[in-house]
Amino acid sequence: MALSHLSSTRSNRLLRPLAAAASSLCRPISTSTEPLVIETSIPFTPHKCEPPSRSVETNPQELLTFFRDMATMRRMEIAADSLYKAKLIRGFCHLYDGQEAVCVGMEASINKKDCIITAYRDHCTFLGRGGTLLEIFSELMGRQGGCSKGKGGSMHFYKKESGFYGGHGIVGAQVPLGCGLAFAQKYNKDENVTFALYGDGAANQGQLFEALNISALWDLPIILVCENNHYGMGTAEWRAAKSPSYYKRGDYVPGLKVDGMDVLAVKQACKFAKEHVLKNGPIILEMDTYRYHGHSMSDPGSTYRTRDEISGVRQERDPIERVRKLVLGHDLATEKELKDIEKEIRKEVDEAIAKAKVSPMPEPSELFTNVYVKGFGTEVFHS
Amino acid sequence: MATVFQGLGATAAITAAANPLDSNKFLLSSRRSFSGKKTSLVVVRSDGSLNLNTGSSAGARRLDQLVTNAVATKADAAAAASASKPGHELLLYEALREGLEEEMDRDNRVCVMGEDVGHYGGSYKVTRGLADKFGDLRVLDTPIAENAFTGMGIGAAMTGLRPIVEGMNMGFLLLAFNQISNNCGMLHYTSGGQFTIPIVIRGPGGVGRQLGAEHSQRLESYFQSIPGIQMVACSTPYNAKGLMKAAIRSENPVILFEHVLLYNLKERIPDEEYICNLEEAEMVRPGEHITILTYSRMRYHVMQAAKTLVNKGYDPEVIDIRSLKPFDLHTIGNSVKKTHRVLIVEECMRTGGIGASLTAAINENFIDYLDAPIVCLSSQDVPTPYAGTLEEFTIVQPAQIVTAVEQLCQ
Repeated sequence: MALSHLSSTRSNRLLRPLAAAASSLCRPISTSTEPLVIETSIPFTPHKCEPPSRSVETNPQELLTFFRDMATMRRMEIAADSLYKAKLIRGFCHLYDGQEAVCVGMEASINKKDCIITAYRDHCTFLGRGGTLLEIFSELMGRQGGCSKGKGGSMHFYKKESGFYGGHGIVGAQVPLGCGLAFAQKYNKDENVTFALYGDGAANQGQLFEALNISALWDLPIILVCENNHYGMGTAEWRAAKSPSYYKRGDYVPGLKVDGMDVLAVKQACKFAKEHVLKNGPIILEMDTYRYHGHSMSDPGSTYRTRDEISGVRQERDPIERVRKLVLGHDLATEKELKDIEKEIRKEVDEAIAKAKVSPMPEPSELFTNVYVKGFGTEVFHS
Repeated sequence: MATVFQGLGATAAITAAANPLDSNKFLLSSRRSFSGKKTSLVVVRSDGSLNLNTGSSAGARRLDQLVTNAVATKADAAAAASASKPGHELLLYEALREGLEEEMDRDNRVCVMGEDVGHYGGSYKVTRGLADKFGDLRVLDTPIAENAFTGMGIGAAMTGLRPIVEGMNMGFLLLAFNQISNNCGMLHYTSGGQFTIPIVIRGPGGVGRQLGAEHSQRLESYFQSIPGIQMVACSTPYNAKGLMKAAIRSENPVILFEHVLLYNLKERIPDEEYICNLEEAEMVRPGEHITILTYSRMRYHVMQAAKTLVNKGYDPEVIDIRSLKPFDLHTIGNSVKKTHRVLIVEECMRTGGIGASLTAAINENFIDYLDAPIVCLSSQDVPTPYAGTLEEFTIVQPAQIVTAVEQLCQ
């Protein structure tokens, strides 16, 4: 991880006044928006395009927001783990811890008019799009206050007003939907883009190539993002894919391989991608990331990989730790302040869970609502 | 009654004694307009009456519930005057196109996507000329990727566009079954009502003239269980245009089943704008002795059999159910209560077809009114063979219908 003091001295001059202030008794957490330039962990690997620069512009406020957002997501997923084991969450529960940098970095480079569509590992993406912890836990526990009124479940989170289109259970099926979102954006001449996320397992689906062809043919403003966590449930990528270079799979479509555990790299790549597709048509981003949990709560996650591998990634590449080191290294906050933030987050999450636990289940009549719009057709005749 | 359609190339003139046009009085009513839109649209009931069930008030209320927002109405004195206009003659595929074009003119969110719908003009000419008029983005030629372009249509519908996805043959949509079932049908529910999917999926299906097994499928039997979709089948130029327009205006996903052999049917349809109710069945020929329920091409086999039956002294009531999901049990129920005998004639296979579901639905709701068990004539449970003679044995022929009625009415 390259700290900025290894690169230009320009940033050092900016830091000096802060460093001087640090020696005083009480310094508040930096909410400064003074630009900071930080290098990504590794350079981007391009396919048929010019990669963006490794130097990412950010600022203390943004870094601390990254920390807070990712820590909230991490805490939320761990809490969901406990709730599942307590049988309050049932069915399927796919957790995103380890991959937080992808959705947080993405959000930092786009707005709510851009669309995001993803598969079933969607809790954190939903949170990033503006969802609340209460909505999330209520939906996971099947309560009527959930974002889908308790009728969708873990794999069906949506937030139409913030451009979050789900939340899909069938592997790969969300990518053609993403093409449709991009098509509508082009149809309406929106100047917005769509991010269609899928995993390394879904990358082998035929419909992906169909969608790729269509998007490239019609210059749709779509960014296909492969969240490569190296395992399709229990099958490692080398056992499922002849070519593990998912960013090259587009052939005629340019691609970029990104360190998905580095939130700044993700932010840079998504910013670059958005500018690219609005001019040149689709691009593929491969996010090299990792999930600490198994595929879902029914999968221990240790039968197909070693515990050493998991803890190795956690020690060396954890996205939150990376940001923590950045923040501490640039003196943007103290160790204690970060710990306080984490405590605060823990409290928030616990409160949301407590509230969701006592919230009501959906009414029985809800079984028949929203099948059709305005209820037509469900029961035409009562004898 | 209509003469039987003879072949793909021929045009069949339809002289209809029970033609919906003739017997209709245009319905003038100030019905609740769900969409809140003001239109000068006229609702045409197929039998011209307001209250199908003149009995209980519950029936009248039921009738109210059948009105959809696709059938926004407004009392319009001008409509009565226009009833005397002769209208214009066209073929069924032209009627579909007319409906489509009118809706595309009316709302620029409406777009068409499918294979060869644009520059080629559509493999059955339904979209001919539309690409020139509306441009490539509104009439979109897709690659051969049903899964992807159906999914694309659904994704576009999620944002508010109103796409019409054409399957060149309904059978090809099997490749898009996942998209149709999970995303098209269920997204409204799983998102807690956030997304509506106002998509129309249409295309020709059914048994044609020796097209072979894979091109002679009846997808309505596979799709009928998908919750959240509506299915309609058109059978005349009149209802083809009306159902197309209603389907496009509906906020629900609608699958419109056309038939390969019916595209060249000719009929005179009104000049003024009209739409047909998506959930309503069509009374083709009122009668007293037996209720014959049918849809799509089998309607014509039934009407041919009806000619023979009338000569033999029977009085069949023929209803084209049109709405395959949900069934119009109101119209059907009233007919059953009148005749007490039901014959279903369908093109689906015996197992798991529309007829099977309809038999169950009628038995559950109207068992007390039946004097005899329901008879369902369906196609054989076989892949449709290529040889002409074998293909004829696969589907229900008029002679079989006559025999069945005679047996039921003993």
